[in-house]
Amino acid sequence: MKLNLLLVAALLVLLALGLLLGETALSAAQYAQAFGDPASGPGEILWAIRAPRVVAAAVVGAALGLAGAVMQGLLRNPLADPGVLGVSAGAGLGASLAIALGLAAIPGGTEAAALAAALATGLLLTALAARFREPETLILFGVALSAFAGALTSLIFNLSPSPVTTAEILSWLMGSVANRSWSDIGWELAPMTLGAVLCVYAARGLVMLTLGEETAAMSGLPMGRLRAAAVAGASLLTGAAVAMAGIIGFVGLAAPHLVRAGAGADPAKALAPSALAGALLLTAADIAARMIPTDQELKLGVVTALFGAPLFALIAWRAARSWRV
Amino acid sequence: MTAALSLHEATVRRGDVEVLRGASLTVQAREVVGVVGPNGAGKTTLLRAALGLARLSAGRADLAGRDVASLDDARRADLAGYLPQERRVGWNLPAWRIASLGAARKPPALAQAAALKALDRVGLSGLAGRGVLDLSGGERARVLLARLLVTGAPLLVADEPAAGLDPDAQLLSLELFREEAARGAAVVLTLHDLGLAARTCDRLVVVSAGAIVADGAPRDALTSAVLREVFGLEGALEETAAGLTLAARRARS
Repeated sequence: MKLNLLLVAALLVLLALGLLLGETALSAAQYAQAFGDPASGPGEILWAIRAPRVVAAAVVGAALGLAGAVMQGLLRNPLADPGVLGVSAGAGLGASLAIALGLAAIPGGTEAAALAAALATGLLLTALAARFREPETLILFGVALSAFAGALTSLIFNLSPSPVTTAEILSWLMGSVANRSWSDIGWELAPMTLGAVLCVYAARGLVMLTLGEETAAMSGLPMGRLRAAAVAGASLLTGAAVAMAGIIGFVGLAAPHLVRAGAGADPAKALAPSALAGALLLTAADIAARMIPTDQELKLGVVTALFGAPLFALIAWRAARSWRV
Repeated sequence: MTAALSLHEATVRRGDVEVLRGASLTVQAREVVGVVGPNGAGKTTLLRAALGLARLSAGRADLAGRDVASLDDARRADLAGYLPQERRVGWNLPAWRIASLGAARKPPALAQAAALKALDRVGLSGLAGRGVLDLSGGERARVLLARLLVTGAPLLVADEPAAGLDPDAQLLSLELFREEAARGAAVVLTLHDLGLAARTCDRLVVVSAGAIVADGAPRDALTSAVLREVFGLEGALEETAAGLTLAARRARS
């Protein structure tokens, strides 16, 4: 609980920073004007450009952190991340296809395609998880699904007649929360909320899976339903996150590890802090993406990978003890 | 009285191989039944079939007189608790938390109290707060045994509960199973130590190549012929001051 409060406080600070910092430097008077009159120029920058961007980063980060914690619990594998079962790759494929077919011209077209593809992948995974219970088997299916979706995405690149389309797809896949509007966020909140509810429902099943499939099966908990809820919930969260921001690595992998020292090893107790830590990480990464002075703004997915990979190595080094099998 | 567990002509196939062939077995409350047999004989499959964890290709498995395949998760857990041979634990939860998972459907405070009591019974009350992955293999096995005790189920099924334990802990764990039987539970164990099995079980069931070849009081089940044909041992059970022990050596073939 204390850990959650600490994370909430840190997140609030970062959200405020994200609102105040940006490419366009504003003076104190302009900030005053923005707070007094949201319709003014500085008000537009703050409330229509920066605020939705900051909130989008936090929401996507929370979804990825929560999905990562659920995947690690379900698969009893500290290396699992939200994309481990192929949902991210599936969503990426959906978005790529939509862009290649020109659906990106329709507002929300790419996002809807990404979410639809993620849901299809999630449904397939839920069916597979009901039939194959060993985590190793599920991970192998995930690897196959990821590889296949990746191959199809490459095929789109391969067959794409115009380099512009290719560049557009690549840019989308690299991940960003720039230029997100309140309505973009609104659309993805519904699947994310549903996903979060399913994950919370599945939490007691995740704890039981610590002891393996057979003990869990004999525990009296409705493991079939709990397992399906975990897979479906994590898929919804991941799919909606990818639909909103493209493919963003490492947040879902690192967030649960970051909080495990404070939250303990209990996979159920790691859920809320992982979501908060994910929000924290991605909000910070997005501020970094904006503030690092480059000719072309860094893509969020690039920043999380650049900072996330070494950070993750460090966490893994320190946490190795807690997840020794 | 309805049997806690009964198998009738149960057959389990894995691919083309029948890993359990027409096995029939009945276990009553207050009984401690040992399932013995060489590696790969089908002991674990027998337990899993009885609990509905392995699908029967023929025959029937009942818990408290009801077809196990027709029971829902909660009802099955009310009737039987299971300690698998697999002792891998996914996350480094405290020992008391692992033990409390035996009562996953009870309020947390009750489950915790039951867990602490069970850890005390297995002799680990001092280690209740320790991470289970920071314990030794034998200590972890006792935490998992505590979890089984916490279920308080009328049928306790344990696969190799004595494996990897020091002699004192082996005897303690079997003593605990005897206590459970005394409170009214039916107990089914697989054991590799035939002397220990003969000493502590009311009945022994000998499994060989997927079939039950003997079922009876230890001396009746583990005859010299069974020892020779099933286990490849030359010898016999002998009565000593500590109870039955096995005096045997490898049979020359």
